[in-house]
Amino acid sequence: MERIAITAEAAEIVKQLKEKHGALIFHQSGGCCDGSSPMIFEKEDMYLDESDVFLGTLEGVNFYMNKDQFEYWKHTHLTVGITEGRGASFSLEIPLGLRFIIHSRLLTPEEETFFSKK
Amino acid sequence: MSYSKPEFKASYGNFINGKFVDPIGGAYFENTSPIDKSLIAKYPRSQKEDVELALDAANAAKESWGNTSATERAALLNKVADIIEANLEEFALVDTCDNGKPIRETLNADIPLCVDHWRYFAACIRAEEGSATELDSNTLSMNIKEPLGVVGQIIPWNFPLLMLSWKLPPALATGNCVVLKPAEQTPSSATLLMEKIADVFPPGVINIVHGFGPEAGKPIASSSRVDKVAFTGETTTGQLIMQYASKNLNPVTMELGGKSPNIFFNSVMDADDAYLDKAIEGAVLFAFNQGEVCTCPSRILVQEDIYDKFMERVVTRTEAIVQNSPYDSSCMVGAQVSNDQYEKIQSYINIGKEEGAKVLCGGGANKDGDLANGYFIKPTILEGHNKMRVFQEEIFGPVVCVTKFKDEAEAIEIANDTLYGLGAGVWTRDAHQLYQIPRAIKAGRVWVNCYHAYPAHAPFGGYKKSGFGRENHVMMLDHYRQTKNMLISYDKNKLGFF
Repeated sequence: MERIAITAEAAEIVKQLKEKHGALIFHQSGGCCDGSSPMIFEKEDMYLDESDVFLGTLEGVNFYMNKDQFEYWKHTHLTVGITEGRGASFSLEIPLGLRFIIHSRLLTPEEETFFSKK
Repeated sequence: MSYSKPEFKASYGNFINGKFVDPIGGAYFENTSPIDKSLIAKYPRSQKEDVELALDAANAAKESWGNTSATERAALLNKVADIIEANLEEFALVDTCDNGKPIRETLNADIPLCVDHWRYFAACIRAEEGSATELDSNTLSMNIKEPLGVVGQIIPWNFPLLMLSWKLPPALATGNCVVLKPAEQTPSSATLLMEKIADVFPPGVINIVHGFGPEAGKPIASSSRVDKVAFTGETTTGQLIMQYASKNLNPVTMELGGKSPNIFFNSVMDADDAYLDKAIEGAVLFAFNQGEVCTCPSRILVQEDIYDKFMERVVTRTEAIVQNSPYDSSCMVGAQVSNDQYEKIQSYINIGKEEGAKVLCGGGANKDGDLANGYFIKPTILEGHNKMRVFQEEIFGPVVCVTKFKDEAEAIEIANDTLYGLGAGVWTRDAHQLYQIPRAIKAGRVWVNCYHAYPAHAPFGGYKKSGFGRENHVMMLDHYRQTKNMLISYDKNKLGFF
């Protein structure tokens, strides 16, 4: 059972970015202009520590979120998708004219029980 | 009155060292209007080498610019203000086209405020002075403010020329040179401004580099040749920029997200008068600028004994919002800035519904007539509770979440139950509440019986994860300066140690 998933289209873009940039990580951003979006960076670019929660691995890329933010997100299942767009952040897909986007749904009761035991 | 899309050239360059230059790699990106997805123009898809060129120019100019008199710098800032004012309608149309916001906002709010911010900092730099203290009869401590040198600035797309006008004037007034990257969604008004003020400042003082965050933004933020970075945007990028700055031991200022509470106490309904009318408008201000404001009052908290009556009025007022072409002066809520924002907002409305929020009005995209060609969202009110994700995350759209509270303690508790602390609104006729409640809210700006006013001379910035630094105020000058302390002895006699 996983907290996160990725669409086939988004997975294809992750593959492309890995070929170009090497090892990557996803970090879910908080609010403001280009926020509330998953961002993808070169693995060494972002300093992670115990304030970041690891949610799972998508196409070999670890997905993290700030711990405080996770408190509000922990009841939701996330799917990373991709759409046309523009962004001012440093996320690596932006030059392709694309943005990763999060689709969310509430965890099912079974999932909720499963993750609360973890 | 109705305006139409302004004219643009086919393509524009970066503004470096006092002139427009093509990007070194020759690549451009297409900038489109969110109103109808039509092409505006091509802008440089700059890379690190373009940023280096801008940094060369800024570093070459910083000595002489840093030594100009405050008189001279203030005069140039005032000249920019005059130029913006003389071309107000042209700038307003360009920002409406680029961002999708209603023309009545750019004409009456964005651009007039730009003019005022330039003038405010021109005045500040003339009026303020350093300090001197005689520490004892033989020792004088003198504080002289010096510019940092070269400042990197990365600005967002929600108020294109206004965000530039918050950032540039204090940096220039204090004698710094700047490399600024406008948001790639809205590069046009910064370019138009450079066309009009190309000769105002010496070459290299202002440099504008267009492009995408990872390609043009990161080289500015991580360069060892900038002395400070000022950023407005979201938290993850803010965190990255601070990491880069830590390597260079550079100062930064950050204006990040918000999830601002707008609190209505029961006394607002003590009378059905002009004040109540103002309070209802104050709740509906969530839709101002399509909700694309870091301080969007995106959580309405209403005291339970007036909840039903008050919300009925708020829903009626929201349903009366006119959403049509942003070029029409009757338009109140325009288009979201881009497709990804448009989709993100709709996705949030859906998660709100899934979490059990009730849709009081709106609830999705507006595809009426010509609006179907652009990114229009109906102003939406969701009713729920503060633990729902739609209450906690910045949606950055015309979507507000409403909940009720019992008493002052609960209002404060809900208001502060957020990661952010940028803005808040407090509405009450009670003289005690209008002082005590704002003091209890952990946010940098609390509007009391008003909202969404951003005058120069009132400091603006965040608590908590909303960042730090205070813009729009004389205190911003010190975010762009060093303090040189000269410790001077009058004493002719030696210490006697050696």
